[in-house]
Amino acid sequence: MLTSEEIQKIEHEISLVPTRKNACIEALKIVQHNRGWISDESLKDVAEVVDMSPAELDSVATFYNLIFRRPVGRHVILLCDSISCYVMGYESIRDHLYSALNIQYGQTTADGRFTLLPNCCLGTCDCAPALMIDNDLYRNLTVEQLDEILTKYT
Amino acid sequence: MATIYIDNKPYDVTAGKNLLEACLTLGLDVPYFCYHPAMGSIGACRQCAVKVYRDENDTKGKLFMSCMEQVRDGMRVSVADMEAKEFRAHVIGWLMTNHPHDCAVCDEGGSCHLQDMTVMTGHNYRQYSFEKRTYRNQYLGPFLNHEMNRCIQCYRCVRYYKDYAGGKDLDVFAAHNHLYFGRHEDGVLESEFSGNLAEVCPTGVFTDKTLKQHYTRKWDLTTAPSICHHCSLGCNTIAGERYGTLRNITNRYNGEVNGYFLCDRGRFGYEHVNSLSRIRKPLVRSQLPEATDKYLALKAAASAVKAGRVIGIGSPRASLESNYVLRTLVGEDNFHHGVSDMDHDLTDLALRILREGAARTPSLREVEMADAVFILGEDLTNTAPMLALAVRQAVRQKPLLEQVSEANIPVWQDAAVRELVQTEKGPLFSATFTETKLDELATQTYFASPEAIARLGYAVAHNICLDCPPVEGLKKEEKKLAGQIADALLAAKNPLIISGTHCGNERVLKAAANIADALCARERAAGIVLTVPECNSMGLAMLGGHKLESGLEAVLNGYADTVIILENDLYRRAGEATVTNFFKACKQVIVLDHLHNRTTETAGILLPAGPFSESDGTLINNEGRAQRFYQVHPTAEDIQESWRWLSELGTIVAHDEISQWHGYDDILRAIVIELPAFRGIEAVAPTSEFRIAGQKIPRASHRFSGRTSILANVNVSEPKPPEDPDSPLSYTMEGYRGQPPSSMIPFFWAPGWNSNQATNKYQQEVGGHLKGGDPGVRLIEPSGTGEFSTAVPQNFLPLEDHLFMLPLYHTFGSEELSIYSPPIMERAPEPYVALNAADAMRLKLEDGQTLHFTIAGQNYDLPVKTSPHIPSGTAGLPIGLPPVPFAELPAWAILNRNLKWKKQPQTTF
Amino acid sequence: MELPLTQHIVPGRKPLSLKEYEKVGGYQSVRKILKAMTPVEVQTLVKDSNLKGRGGAGFNTGLKWSFVPMGPEAATPKYLVANADEMEPGTFKDRLLLEGNPHQLIEGMIVAAYAIQATISYVFLRWAYKLAAQEITQAIQEAQEAGYLGENILGSGFSLEMHLHTGVGRYMCGEETALLNALEGKRANPRAKPPFPQVSGLYGKPTIVNNVETLCNLPHIVNNGAEWFKGLSQSPDSGTKLFGVSGRVKKPGCWELPIGTTIREILEEYAGGMQDGYLFKGLLPGGASTDFLVEEHLDLPMDYGSIQSAGSRMGTGTMIILDDQTCPVGFVHNLQHFFAQESCGFCTPCREGLPWVEKILLAIDRGEGKPEHLLTLDFHTKYLGPGNTFCALAPGAMEPLQSALKYFREDFERHIHEHHCPWSKVWQPSI
Ligand SMILES: Cc1cc2nc3c(=O)[nH]c(=O)nc-3n(C[C@H](O)[C@H](O)[C@H](O)COP(=O)(O)O)c2cc1C
Ligand code: SF4
Ligand code: FES
Repeated sequence: MLTSEEIQKIEHEISLVPTRKNACIEALKIVQHNRGWISDESLKDVAEVVDMSPAELDSVATFYNLIFRRPVGRHVILLCDSISCYVMGYESIRDHLYSALNIQYGQTTADGRFTLLPNCCLGTCDCAPALMIDNDLYRNLTVEQLDEILTKYT
Repeated sequence: MATIYIDNKPYDVTAGKNLLEACLTLGLDVPYFCYHPAMGSIGACRQCAVKVYRDENDTKGKLFMSCMEQVRDGMRVSVADMEAKEFRAHVIGWLMTNHPHDCAVCDEGGSCHLQDMTVMTGHNYRQYSFEKRTYRNQYLGPFLNHEMNRCIQCYRCVRYYKDYAGGKDLDVFAAHNHLYFGRHEDGVLESEFSGNLAEVCPTGVFTDKTLKQHYTRKWDLTTAPSICHHCSLGCNTIAGERYGTLRNITNRYNGEVNGYFLCDRGRFGYEHVNSLSRIRKPLVRSQLPEATDKYLALKAAASAVKAGRVIGIGSPRASLESNYVLRTLVGEDNFHHGVSDMDHDLTDLALRILREGAARTPSLREVEMADAVFILGEDLTNTAPMLALAVRQAVRQKPLLEQVSEANIPVWQDAAVRELVQTEKGPLFSATFTETKLDELATQTYFASPEAIARLGYAVAHNICLDCPPVEGLKKEEKKLAGQIADALLAAKNPLIISGTHCGNERVLKAAANIADALCARERAAGIVLTVPECNSMGLAMLGGHKLESGLEAVLNGYADTVIILENDLYRRAGEATVTNFFKACKQVIVLDHLHNRTTETAGILLPAGPFSESDGTLINNEGRAQRFYQVHPTAEDIQESWRWLSELGTIVAHDEISQWHGYDDILRAIVIELPAFRGIEAVAPTSEFRIAGQKIPRASHRFSGRTSILANVNVSEPKPPEDPDSPLSYTMEGYRGQPPSSMIPFFWAPGWNSNQATNKYQQEVGGHLKGGDPGVRLIEPSGTGEFSTAVPQNFLPLEDHLFMLPLYHTFGSEELSIYSPPIMERAPEPYVALNAADAMRLKLEDGQTLHFTIAGQNYDLPVKTSPHIPSGTAGLPIGLPPVPFAELPAWAILNRNLKWKKQPQTTF
Repeated sequence: MELPLTQHIVPGRKPLSLKEYEKVGGYQSVRKILKAMTPVEVQTLVKDSNLKGRGGAGFNTGLKWSFVPMGPEAATPKYLVANADEMEPGTFKDRLLLEGNPHQLIEGMIVAAYAIQATISYVFLRWAYKLAAQEITQAIQEAQEAGYLGENILGSGFSLEMHLHTGVGRYMCGEETALLNALEGKRANPRAKPPFPQVSGLYGKPTIVNNVETLCNLPHIVNNGAEWFKGLSQSPDSGTKLFGVSGRVKKPGCWELPIGTTIREILEEYAGGMQDGYLFKGLLPGGASTDFLVEEHLDLPMDYGSIQSAGSRMGTGTMIILDDQTCPVGFVHNLQHFFAQESCGFCTPCREGLPWVEKILLAIDRGEGKPEHLLTLDFHTKYLGPGNTFCALAPGAMEPLQSALKYFREDFERHIHEHHCPWSKVWQPSI
């Protein structure tokens, strides 16, 4: 069930576009913002509001890599693995995260705190390597800084 | 016309087409995947690349996707160019990186577009040596199998299912090379047109699950051109047989009728032919228990006919020929239509409207071109599915005509056209008493009783032409709607009115006729489509005959005592008690049919008739188009066409005329001579003597395997091939190898084209008419001699303690024969009664609770399904669903309120 | 040196507020065109200035606008979209403009919208630019309140709505027609051209998509004229350009410089030269989808023509440096992984070809390569060219690959013959 607040926000987005369907990505964003991910149930609920079938909406949802169709942890770590970060040795960051969190790409820590995902270029190549945790961008990373950064997220 | 140069040779091609269509039309082999003639181009697969040169001096050229290039006069193209060839071979190479090459175990093998294109491009050595991606397959219901690993991501399935047919539960998921085509979760595909996926998909992802039950390769099928027997539209099909069982139905392209597609009832309804309920032996009940043989049965029938005063009851699902022979045998005066009296009257009326009205009835292809549509009283998806599909295309016409031509985008550039048009649709108005699947497309829907629908129709006609009678007492909204509909129809180039017999109200038909004629009076090129109940209802109406009621009375009054019933279950035509009394009163009942039913149970003499696949015959569709279907395979000894049984019977009783006939051609000739209405029918297909270069047309392809060993378990010496005396088709692979006349194409095949895409080679222009013209002869043209109807009905008034019971049709379940197909049965709904939500509340009934009511003395106890739309005071009863007893609807149902309080177990019949 | 685009940008400091921006001459161009210029005059001015699109393709902006149907018969509404998707690896120039001076972008968008008479505009921003999202939201609101956006702007009768749209991932969204599909709430597959967005774009209506940097140039061209703009550069291409450098250089970063500044100057004077212990081996001049240039090209001026004649493209003008301690096979493998992942899956060569290329590169890097693998790579570079695929993604992907095979073929061959990576550093891509 969507909350009335969610529905209200979605209706606002719908009011800005020609047909209800055109607001479907915005609607997914709103629900994901609240719930972290889009469950099958949320998908059906959103589909109904934007006047689409679940299949039609899932077709859009699964196209984009930042609509999560599987549960994620409370915080999502997006580690840039594109070219400049590669040249600047992001792999040491990755390996450190692997061992510090005891997870691999695509996995969530046992306590549900972090999900680690690879991500393409974060557009901060002059400050490589870089990663984002939720809305926070970290640049010019060194392995030494990582542990402290992680402690900020509970 | 434009002249283009392909590999330095000049060709004249149709201007405006794309280069791929032009090449295919010229008979050149250019491979393709994502393009489909019915759906246009999107440029996704890149398989159709050719070289295009700027001008004569350009020797380098550049690769272009031929499906995305419009032909231009003077255009220079090379298909044979080395680079183009190499690129096309690489495209297959790319597709093969993930394709499992499992042709040997794939149902598509041997009729696979991917196989054909692979061979055509010359790609035969795989360089890819890494792991392939694999997928989980989905359960998609009883019709289709899913094997995603074979997918080549051409997008044809989604484009067909979603864009073309309006389905909502199949889509493409994910991105890059993880694309997945399927449902968002396992489940039955909802669309009534899902089976076309098996033909649309160029490889073995979606395949026919019913074929899988008794699988045979395309090349090992014996096939014949057939006509679908499951509704009145007469879609052209190919029926395939092996070892005496029917294996599948596939589309048979007809540029005027069904084009590339069929509905699922038509495609999967064939298994009644393989049913355990088949009647395979003649039976003379007095000689029970053993079934008897053909000659004894005929003898018994002959003595019954000689001894008795005989009437004949014909059938709207039997061929014209069978009905005609019965009519001749019993005499014109004693021939009765085996349909309910309401169907009889309504079909007669429909025929009269088509003949006497001013508007012409369009073919399905022409329906797609209509730019404003008004539907009165028909739930097309359930009564004439392919017509609903055509209407779906029609709502695109107006925006196409306006915007696309203005923006100068060719209509075949599908994605661009859809982008431009967005959600805009042409005018479609629908007036029905129940929600329909076309509602979502409609500019406006009007839910009301049949009377109110008729009144709206009359009002629309009056708005168009003042010579039509006005309608008194309309509500303000109704007046406004009538005006709006009239304006939309008047503004259109090809306005189309659709109605039919299924709502059971003659005024609705008359109102529809008024509108169409009013438009003609205003000099619009209006069309009118009227659906009729069954595959040969129109033929039967044209043949003439008395009502069933008078036939039943003839026996009950002692005027007659013997009845011959042709392919008909009278329990589906009249009330239980009436029919039972009738049978009791008969001295002798002779029944010809192919499936056991309650009528055959009462037969004293039962003659096993061939179903559609074991008979030749002619059907006349709702458009008045006569079309021939052919026997697919030799029948078991005791089974034969009804017309043959009846002719033999006629000969034994020394009937003057019938004894003169020596086969099928003679019967057809007699029809033409005796009945002017059928003039032209002789041109539907060649006579049985027709040969090409002295040869017959083979029903099996020359790829047929094991022809001589097929009966090796019985006898190793090769048996004499069976003969077909009735048609120019041979039952084996022997015969003429080229293309037969369009009316008798047993399969589509051309060198290098083993899949159904070989259809291209049979068309004058890709996606256009078949070479030699599309099969079928239209027997009805409007004369414009009729007058406007003035029979405006009174508005519907609810009756206390009553519900006006309206007929509800179901694609899966309402039709008599297809329900014998297990997969169709699986899709049929459980019996129910539909009740207006407010009425249900008043009756204190919730969904699933039982409503008890009586119609014409017959009691019904059915679970309630509430509907927001069915008008208050009316209710809906599904037609034909076993085991709900027959009721002639619409009719008043009396509520058995006193029963309501008793706690009864859910009643099943 | 005049640096119009970045003159008011100080990294690390909050961007100018509307008031501050107006004080330094902000929104003057809007007043000027609304009062004194017809839309077609604006189009002509921009065409004459020879401003080339900064999104990568380098097409004359005024000319691109001129295909939009004008006049009372033209379909409405028309749309303008600022392409702020910036997702090409190695590219980080628009970020500077977005975070540093959002009002400059809004002003440019008003000019562009006026020129084509668009009434609805969008900033299509990639999701990762969170700070930019805040700044733009605030700036749009300020501009709205000050009457630069909304109904009847400054009493001129011209109206313009502006919305910020943040994406949900996918490099494809930067391709202008795919971007339109994303804006419409659809899968970001590209669309066939023709019809061009100028005629049938967002919701089937006339639409212009311009890069952020392109748009930011407009106020200055309107204020100072076409000749002034041409005079900013010494090359045949007008104006300044944001150039960036990333990789093993001393001072990676992004600077506004006249078009035509040589690569060497950018590398050595601005980026401070290679880090100690690293030697220069090659560079991609304008983002991940441009061809490698090597030592011999360092003195080329960075202008569209010169870079093209050296077999590469100016692209986005943000360079990625390949140093001697990075394995070129791994480098290219990383790029191809990116492109394969970001393929939308619509057309065959891109969807199936790129993953194949990626697998081969991994095999080679691991020492499992075979000589015939190079032939397979060669045919991909030949056949994944422009026109053969549906959009420019795969052709872009082939540019670094084909030039790597040309300049560093020996390195590829060494991997194959020695059965291991000479750098002993095999990149394992993600899941
Ligand atoms: C795969 C692909 C990704 C692209 N990404 C971007 C991008 O992120 N930003 C951008 O401005 N242009 C991008 N472009 C170029 C745009 O398609 C388009 O040419 C540009 O936005 C036009 O703006 P301009 O004329 O101002 O350069 C991309 C092109 C392709 C083929
Ligand atoms: S499932 Fe069949 S029709 Fe659909 S994309 Fe794959 S190959 Fe094409
Ligand atoms: S048929 Fe032309 S690209 Fe697919």
